[in-house]
This record gives sequence, structure tokens and C-alpha cells, in this order.
Amino acid sequence: MDLINAIIVLLNYTVIPALTYGSQLALGAIFVTLIYGILRFANFATGDMMSFGTMFAVLLTYYFQSLGISFGILPTALLTIPFAIFMMILYMLTIDKFVFSYYRVKKSPPVQLAMVSVGVMFVTQAIIRIIIGPSDRRFLDGEKFILKATEFKEMTGLNEGLTLKSTQAITIVVTIIVVSIMFWFLNKTKTGTSMRAYSDNEDLALLSGIDPKKVVLITWVIAGILATIGGILYGLDKSYRPFVYFNNMLPIFAAAIVGGIGNPYGAFLGGYVIAFAEIFLTYAYKRFFIYLLPESLEPNSLIQLLSTDYKFAISFSILVIVLLFRPSGIFEGKKI
Amino acid sequence: MKRYSNVIAAYSIMIILIILVGVFQSWSIALTILNYCLISAVMTMGANIQWGYAGLINFGIMGYTALGGLAVVLVSVAPVGEAWKLGGLNMLACLGIIAGMILSIRQVLKKIEKSKKRNYLVAAIIVIGVLLLRFISAPAIESIESVEPAKTGFLGGLGMPVLFSWIVGGIFAGGLAYIVGKIALGLRADYLAIATLLIAEIIVSIIKHEEWLARGVKNVIGLKRPAPYEIDLQTSPWFINLVEKFHSSKLKLISSISERQDVLKQLVIDASSVYVKLCFAGLFLTVVIILLIITQKALYSPWGRKMRAIRDNEEAASAMGKNVVKEHLLIFILGSAVVGIAGAMMVTNDGLFTPGSYRPMRYTFVIWVMVIVGGTGNNFGAILGGFVVWFLWVQAAPMALFFINLLTAHLPETNEIKIHLINSAPYFRFLLIGIGLLVIMRYRPRGILPEKIIKQ
Amino acid sequence: MAFFEGNKMTAGYGDGPDIITSCSINVSRGEIVAILGPNGAGKSTAMKAMLGLLKLKSGSVSIDGNDISSLSPQDRVKKGISFVPQTRNVFAELTVRENLEIGAFLREDDINKVIEEIYELFPILKEKRSQIVGQLSGGQRQQVALGRALMIRPSVLMLDEPTAGVSPIVMDELFEHIIKVKERNVAIIMVEQNAKQALSISDRGYVLVTGENKFEGSGKELLKDPEVRRSFLGA
Repeated sequence: MDLINAIIVLLNYTVIPALTYGSQLALGAIFVTLIYGILRFANFATGDMMSFGTMFAVLLTYYFQSLGISFGILPTALLTIPFAIFMMILYMLTIDKFVFSYYRVKKSPPVQLAMVSVGVMFVTQAIIRIIIGPSDRRFLDGEKFILKATEFKEMTGLNEGLTLKSTQAITIVVTIIVVSIMFWFLNKTKTGTSMRAYSDNEDLALLSGIDPKKVVLITWVIAGILATIGGILYGLDKSYRPFVYFNNMLPIFAAAIVGGIGNPYGAFLGGYVIAFAEIFLTYAYKRFFIYLLPESLEPNSLIQLLSTDYKFAISFSILVIVLLFRPSGIFEGKKI
Repeated sequence: MKRYSNVIAAYSIMIILIILVGVFQSWSIALTILNYCLISAVMTMGANIQWGYAGLINFGIMGYTALGGLAVVLVSVAPVGEAWKLGGLNMLACLGIIAGMILSIRQVLKKIEKSKKRNYLVAAIIVIGVLLLRFISAPAIESIESVEPAKTGFLGGLGMPVLFSWIVGGIFAGGLAYIVGKIALGLRADYLAIATLLIAEIIVSIIKHEEWLARGVKNVIGLKRPAPYEIDLQTSPWFINLVEKFHSSKLKLISSISERQDVLKQLVIDASSVYVKLCFAGLFLTVVIILLIITQKALYSPWGRKMRAIRDNEEAASAMGKNVVKEHLLIFILGSAVVGIAGAMMVTNDGLFTPGSYRPMRYTFVIWVMVIVGGTGNNFGAILGGFVVWFLWVQAAPMALFFINLLTAHLPETNEIKIHLINSAPYFRFLLIGIGLLVIMRYRPRGILPEKIIKQ
Repeated sequence: MAFFEGNKMTAGYGDGPDIITSCSINVSRGEIVAILGPNGAGKSTAMKAMLGLLKLKSGSVSIDGNDISSLSPQDRVKKGISFVPQTRNVFAELTVRENLEIGAFLREDDINKVIEEIYELFPILKEKRSQIVGQLSGGQRQQVALGRALMIRPSVLMLDEPTAGVSPIVMDELFEHIIKVKERNVAIIMVEQNAKQALSISDRGYVLVTGENKFEGSGKELLKDPEVRRSFLGA
């Protein structure tokens, strides 16, 4: 019984939150990796682009709510996803046309494109703050919990309750759907294969008749979908605040590099590596051990490896270690 | 002389702009802007040493700035005796343990060949060291932080003159750059950018959360100054006399004595703030000039030529027997040290150390915009970039407000769009800086004052 | 008139000097033509000009009597001209089959039949079809490269130093494959450093010196020509 209680504690406070957070990071990391692999630059506007898409979801959610439209027990924000994605892609393509394409055609070094993306980051932040402001916004509605701790306790008779927030379930389910469709597209369709070919060997792809403009367009479309959905899921689960989204760029980069930048499978897994590391290393295991150890050995400290203040620092340290020992990422295999 | 004509023109415009602020807004504001321009110029020079001389991307400016700021606290604040008594010994022991860890790891790396065994040994040293550190430091930290938590709760500093901390700030930042450089300089350019960005976050989060060190997010206020305090000036007879003389013609026009006294009092208050800022400006200008002379000398020395050769063609340079890695490390340390000095200058100028305010946007990316806008590889350009961008950064909001009012003049005061726009005026600075960067990168990719090709 | 011709081509890079001047090369279907010459003679440049990777200053390129001088490389691919670059000539991160599929990117019809043909030509590729090309041996990769180029069922195949950096055994195998391709009525042009071996399988050869045609003749003639032997064949 104690063992089950201990496992429930772990599930509740580490595994489920880590899976949720990991999914959100994974979507962002695949976005980073696609841009890096195909358009060949580190996009420092990543967090703010995710924020841009989410902003439309927030505004449309408020609008829908004012019209009385709801999605039943599910959050209204899910209804807004297609519109938000559309706006996001429109914005990305505009930026690409007026900013990035010039440097791509000129074949500028990646560093220059990265610097240009810093400019895009500033502009995007400005637009977001001018439109929606810098404050914290919640836009979650519908049923908040799928499983409440008290219900779980009643059901099972255990001491520990398991909670499953609807946002957690939605995040994990939506991520699985989106990522599966994306991998199917990249691997099984002609266009997807041509994108991977372009990423692998641009010159040969051109010689084979692949149209670079089409590849770039589709890359931005996929990027827009991933960025918007990743941003909305994060915002539903926590809350929407532009500054936080900017900062999220950092663990997202960490996830993409840990997974081997340019490799979408790696980025996907990298998201979970970062999330689990952050949560497992900063969780206070006291309650877990109380169930497992005999009373005499019960811990009196929190048994926390690192204070939660260092959450970000953990992912960055992992990143530094990976960069040092395996700059190509910890996952071998297919790359885009 | 003609070679410098655009340099002179650009700087004249900048100075005129600051004077205009003085005339139209206030001299105190103008001097605040000038001081920050000078600090930004030092930061930009540091970043320019790395990017302009050697093509190294350091997105960790924020970390070095924060370390420079930390130096001010650790050098100038008086030591907290009680805290030292309670936990000082343990913390010193921790320092010893860290040194021991580093030495033993180095020893292991040197003595044992690359193998699984070596990896395990290194890992074991780290794990044991960290556990030992936690065991020794935890009680000490608790007792240190409990000493008058509202006022101190940290070990304090050395109580030395604050100017000394500028040098220490440089040394701190240089030391960190040595470690970071050893780790990350082998990376590809964009990886280096990301790695330095993240390492800077780690540094700041340590400073923020280790309260025994410098109070963390609880901030340290009332730091020492290398300039007089306004309050002291306002009561010093020589200063009041000076102000009186300076404004004598204006004061004569006022007949009533009590009224004249009031006006004089106000003038003295204003003048004291201006005087203090002038003192700071003088100090900062001195630093800028010294650094400028050194960097110019370095840039046109054989060493500077070698650096540019490495930057422009790393492979050829290393084929010619230049030790690229060593030179890159050196330049990374030097550039970061300059940024550290600037960080210390800034905290000294503010008189407070607020770790929570270190954010990558303001302390890394804006500095980078300054470097790119000013002119990479050109010290005069870098300084100008610091001035121009900082000026725009500060003045963007009033400028935006002016244009918003102009454009929406026909709308009623209650118009929602108008109100919304007026409320978002502060964010137009991001827009201005971003568009500025994009335009410069597109149409003048080498900056306002580009690097000159020097013919020997 | 030959099937694929470059007539009096003059070209250079950007505003630089002309690398090839009035250089003419032609090839018929079912024929292998080797372009030889010392380093810097303009061999690769001549080939790039025929591919459209380089703009002609004067002269023309034609296929089957149609002038294609103004077409882009992609459009020339559609005309049936295929190219195997010297380096990075496969998609190393894709599987063998995916490489072939990309080769047929411009084809709208059922490509399975063509893939089967390629498998017949290079049986090893069928065996390794779902392997990542990066994990294959050098010789196998060259077969993938050839296979990818053959996916459009080209009438002209251009090879840029196919044997560079390849072991002698693999080289013999590769030449065998090239001959097999020729037997399918494809016109083949290859730039080669290994003049002797290249001429031994070529029907004709061109020797370029400083961008101009210097010698021209059947493989046997060139191999016998004392001047060619002395200057280029090292004997």
C-alpha cells in the first residue's frame, strides 16, 4: 500500500507535470530544429513567435466568450487554434518575405541570419505588447479537472490523491496527434521527403528539381502550426505572459540541441529529457520517502537535490554538458 | 582629417541631441542619459572586441554585467561581522572544497588516460564534492541569512573604496570568461551564441538565489559612491555660494528675500543632482577614453592585425601557424572583462544592486544592437552605437507618445484605440530598436561607422 | 549532328576571366565521352556550362537539335539531362529508396517501375533499400548516386570525376556500371583525372588545355597519340 502511495506521489508531482511540460517544450524544440535544419539558422525569435500565435488564441477566446460560443467541457481556446495558426503563418511568411528571404538568397552565413532573427524578436515583442500588453492572462475555461485528488482518494481508498488537470491531458493528447501527423508527413509523403532531402543536401536537392520556394513555404507552415499549438498548450496549462514566452526560448533551445539540432525526433525526445531533468532534480522527495522508509529512517529534510530556483539552470547545465561531449546531440539516427 | 569627418559628424549630432534634451527636458535627464550612454559605450566596446576583432558571438553579456555588479557589492559594502562569525568559516571551507575539486579533477584528467574509468572518477569527485558542499554550507547559509534579514542577511563585502570594484568587476568577468571560453569556444558560431546565452542565465540565477552572497532578489541598496552625495552638497556653503554666483543675474530679479531664498534652495537641489551626475560623467568618460586608447592601440598593433586575419580566414590563419584557440580565449577574456567593468560602473551609478533586473533583452540583445548599429570592428563605431541606441531606447517612449498624439489628434480623448495606444507607448522602443537593427543589417550591414580597411 | 552538343562555349565565373574559350563538346546516345586535361584546364567548367550552372558568354548548348542555352538547370533536368556531382552526390541522411524517389521528384507517373529498373541495374541497392545512405560503403554510395541520376530516365548523363577518391576495385566496378548505363542508349559525358582508365571505356575523348580543345579522338587514338601520352598520361 505504501509503495502504491509513493508511486502516486511521484506520478502526481513529477511524472504527469513533466510529461505535460515536456510536450510543450517538444513542440517548440521541433519548431527550432525545423527552422535550423531547413532554413539554416538559430531563430532567436522562437519564444516570441510562439507568443504571437498564442496572443491571437487569447484574444479570440475572449471574443468567442463574449459571443457566448463555448466548446462544452473543453477550453474555448481549442476552437481558436485554426484561426491563430492562420495568423501566425501569415505573420511568419510576411517576415520571411521582407526579412529572411533576402539573406537566404544572398546565402549569408547563419550567424547573420541569427542576428537578423534578434531584430525580428524585438519587433515581434513590440507588436505583442502593443496589441495585448505585457500582463499575465488566463484564458482557460471549461472543465478544469478530469480527475480530482479527493475523487481519486474516495475511489481507491489511498492516502494520496492523483489529480489530472484537463490541460495536462489535452496537452499530452494534442501533442501526440500533432507530432504523429508531422512525422507521418515528413517521412511518408513526397513533399516531406523532399524537405528532408533539401535539409540534407541543398545543392543536390536543387539538381533533382526540388523547388526551394515551396520547401521554405511548407517549413514556415509547419513551424507556424507547431509554434501556435505549443504556445497555446503552454498558456492553457500555466498562463499567457509575453515575458515568460520569451524566456521559454531558453529551455526550448536546450531541448533542440540536446536532441541534436536539425533532428526532429531528437528535438521531440529532447523536450522530455529537459522537462524530466528539471522536475526530477528539483522535486522534494520527502513525501515519497516517508512512504517507503521505516519510521526510524524517515527523512527530516526535504531531500531536494536542488532548489526550484535553479529549474532553468538545470536545463542549461545539461545543455552545456551535451555540447561539450556530444555536440551532435544524444540521439543518433535520422535527421531532417 | 577627412578620414575622420564622418566620425566627427556622427558624434556632433549625438552631442547636440543630448544638449537638446537638456534644453527641452532637463539637464538632470540629459546627464542621466549621457551617463548611461557612456556605460553602454563601455559594454559595446567589450562586445565589439569579441565580435568585431575576432568574430566571436557572446550572447552572455548579461552574465558579465551582473558579475561586475556583484563585484561592487563584494568590494565596497562593509563586512557583516555577525554573519562572518556564524558562517564565514564554513563558507571559506566550501571555497576550499571547490578549489580541491577543481585541482583533483585536473589531476585526474592529466594523469589518467581517456577511459570509462576516468569519467567515473571525475563524476565521483563531483558528486562527493557537491554532497560535501551542501553538508557544510547548508547550516552556514541558514545562519548567515538569519542575521537581520531585513537589512543584511549576507556576508557583506570588504569595505574597500568603490572605484576599486570596477577593476575587480573586470577580473571577475574575465575569470568567468576564462572558464566559459575553455568550455564553449570550440563550438560553432551559433552554438556559441546559445551556450553563452544560457550560461549567463545560470550566472544570474545563482546571484539571484544565493542570498548569503549578495542578498539575491532582496537587493543591496545604498552602495558607496565615488562622488559626493546630493544631501551633503546641499548643506555645503561652498556649493550654495557656487550656485548663487552661477545664477546671480536670475536671483537679482527677485525682490523678496524669502522668495529668493526659496528659489535658491530649489536651484541648489537641482544643481546638486546635476553636479553629482557630472562627477559620474567625468569618471565614466575617463574610463571610456582610457579603454579607447588601449583598444585603438591594440587594434592597429601587429596583434590586432593577427586577430583580424584569424577572423577573416580562420583556416588560413591556423594553417599559417597562428594559435587560433589561444587567441580566441584571450580575446574572449578581454572583451568580457571590459563588460564586467561596465557592469560595475552601472551598479555604482545606480547605487543599488538588483539581481532581479538582469534580463537578457536589456543586457544582452540591446547591447548587441548597439554593436551592430554602431559599426563592427570600429571602436568609434561601437561607442557611437552605445550612444545612439541608448538614446533611442530612452527617448523612444516620448517620441512614440508624440506621434501617437499627432496621429490620433482628431480622435476624442475617450477613444479606446487612442487610450490603448497611449498606454502602450513604452513598448514602441522595442519596435524602434528592432526595425533599426533590421534596416541597418539590410542596408548598411557594417554599421554606421564601418571598420576601415587599413592599408599598410 | 550529335545528340547533345556544346558549341564554341565561352564562359567564366562572375566578372572573372574566361575559363573556357570556344570549347566544343558533343556526345551521341549510347556513347561515352571523356573530358580530360590537366588541373585547371576547365573540364568541370565545361560540364557546368552544359548543365546551365554557369552562364555562357557566347556559344550554345543544344539537345536533339533544340537550343537549350537559356534554360535553368532545373529545366534542363526536365529535358532529360542528369548530373552526378563529384562530392556530396547522395542524400546521406535519407534511405536508399528515398534517394531514388527524390531523383524522380519531377516525374508525375508511377515511379515504382523505374525503381525496379534501377534495382535490376544495381542489385545491391535493392538489398539495402531501407538503409540510410550515410551508412553504406563508398562504392555503394556511388551506385546510389548513379541510381538517383538515372531516375528521370535521362538521355544524357554527366559525371564529374566519378572515380575520385575511390579504390581501384571499386573503380572497375563503377566503370562496369557506367557501361551498363550506356547500353541503355544514354549519352554519357564524364570528366576524369584517371585518363588511362577513363579512355579505356570511352568511345571518344576530349583533351582540354587552358579552356580550349587541344586533342580529340577515339579512346584508342588518344591512348596511342605520343603527344597526349607524354603530356597527360604520364608515359
